[in-house]
Amino acid sequence: MSALLSVRDLSVDFTTYGQTHQVLHSVSLDVPAHAQIALVGESGSGKTVTMKAIMGLLRQPPAHIRSGQIIYDGRDLLTLADSERVALRGTAMSMVFQDPMSSLNPVFTIADQMSTILKYADRRLGRSRSARDRMVRVHEVLSQVRMRDPERVSASYPIMLSGGMRQRVLIAMALLSEPALLIADEPGTALDVTTQAQILRLLKDLVTQRGLALLMITHNLGVVRETSSYVYVMNRGRVVEQAETATLFSSPQSDYTKSLIAAVPRLTGGTHYGTVMP
Amino acid sequence: MEFLSFLVKRVLWSVLVLVGLSMVIFVIARVVPGDPARMALGPRASPEQVATMQAELGLDRPLLQQYALFIEGLTRGDLGKSLLTERPVNDDIRETFAATFELVLCTMILAMGFGVPLGMIAAYWKDKWPDTAVRFFAIFAAVTPSFFLALLLQILAGYVLHLLPTTGRLPNALEFEASWTGLLLIDSLLAGRLDVFGEALRHLLLPSLSLAAATMGQMARLTRASMIDVSRQDYIEAARAFGIPEWLRVTKYMLRPSFVPPLTIMGLEFASLIGGAFVVEMVFAWPGMAAYGIRTILQKDLNAVMGVVMVSGVFFVLVNLTIDVLVGFVDPRVRIRGRR
Repeated sequence: MSALLSVRDLSVDFTTYGQTHQVLHSVSLDVPAHAQIALVGESGSGKTVTMKAIMGLLRQPPAHIRSGQIIYDGRDLLTLADSERVALRGTAMSMVFQDPMSSLNPVFTIADQMSTILKYADRRLGRSRSARDRMVRVHEVLSQVRMRDPERVSASYPIMLSGGMRQRVLIAMALLSEPALLIADEPGTALDVTTQAQILRLLKDLVTQRGLALLMITHNLGVVRETSSYVYVMNRGRVVEQAETATLFSSPQSDYTKSLIAAVPRLTGGTHYGTVMP
Repeated sequence: MEFLSFLVKRVLWSVLVLVGLSMVIFVIARVVPGDPARMALGPRASPEQVATMQAELGLDRPLLQQYALFIEGLTRGDLGKSLLTERPVNDDIRETFAATFELVLCTMILAMGFGVPLGMIAAYWKDKWPDTAVRFFAIFAAVTPSFFLALLLQILAGYVLHLLPTTGRLPNALEFEASWTGLLLIDSLLAGRLDVFGEALRHLLLPSLSLAAATMGQMARLTRASMIDVSRQDYIEAARAFGIPEWLRVTKYMLRPSFVPPLTIMGLEFASLIGGAFVVEMVFAWPGMAAYGIRTILQKDLNAVMGVVMVSGVFFVLVNLTIDVLVGFVDPRVRIRGRR
């Protein structure tokens, strides 16, 4: 079976202050339908650029897609017109944003922001529903992300909600139009560990229940282990290793992966500071 | 609730500020050299005449007693008589304030109406030619003195092109009594006099444009900076990823969070122009309070000076209070936490 999303030999340059740097070197990865895939790497490894390229959020310039293909559901996204590209956003593929404190507009209510997203997603899908029906759907999705009081939450401004609640709102926003692929950019990193664990469990449950494909982008190997069945390791713009998640942890192949695993703090067995790879 | 208590606190502070203002101005007005009675009566009045008038005005009494008399009048809403016009200061201010208020209101509408969209255009096309054009224009508008612009517009639009009238609020030939609000634009509509409305608008254009230019430039620059700042926020990128159309991102998602700085500055400008519009009022022979204030100061017309200062002060407080409420409406963070 072919993958729902398939990135083929993607190379991306960035030009800043007249200097061009290649930040992605022939990156390839597959996200099969209903699969939970992780893309792991440290800051600057190119995972965010990969994600933005998939979502069509790269600003060009400074970015320039030199070569490669991003095939979604049989179509190469890079050959689509802008309008066709936009049409997929939030409907076919959605993003769960990383920082709940800064990813919601501070001056509009949750209901306002969510129903606006839904309104334009509906329009792209050639559907329409009344403002009332939109609110019904907003409340429905909010309760699906285990929000106890959807009416109160939707009437709130972001500042009135806790970090964990805002993160749930961001997940709810991504789910509004039932996308087939969810791209999660380190959700919960900005939260405390307990809340982050809850958020990850919620995300995993939602994805499993609905049979969504998940691409989890993270720097945290713990998150990889919790949320994915297959993992791609990125370093300095290249995919350096890919494997079943269990295999990766039991027998890592590349030196970089080994050092990543060694750098994970442990409660037993003494101190492992790991080594910094060049 | 916190927002409400914040507003109540602001009101209480404002009252205190107004009391302080009245004291300071009262003392300054009496300490500066020059005898009001002498100036009113002219150089050839006899010392006896001057003394009589001083007694009439209460200027021979101790300063504290004079102040008490002034405050007593103020509580009755009586600002006394003007030496300059020989009419009650209340009447003078009622008429001149309406003229200035109409002018300044029109000025602010122009400044916001053009400044904010220009700032949006500049921010949207940052570093492209529209941005350069707006920034050039904004700097130019902000640094051109209003009296210079006033004269320039008067010569160009008035004398050379004969497009617009250059003095006063209405043509002398037009009979109209602005009896409800004192604002010609509103009263003429209430009276169903469209001819008066049109003339009033034509008379307003040049002076308010002269006054608006500086604020307009400032608004454009502020809006631009604020919009660029907001455009880099995560929530704007998130809105893009969720498929919100670009026009909506710019006009709603970016504009509203960017709007607090321009709004705050607009409030300050609005309030300060009430007293600061005098140069333009004089150039256009506009019968406003700012010009009245200057004439009364030069005449040492103590009651009138105090009246103008107090009215400006109250207006300043009211405008800023209104702006506080508006800011709370624009940005819920202010409303919820009582601050930003």
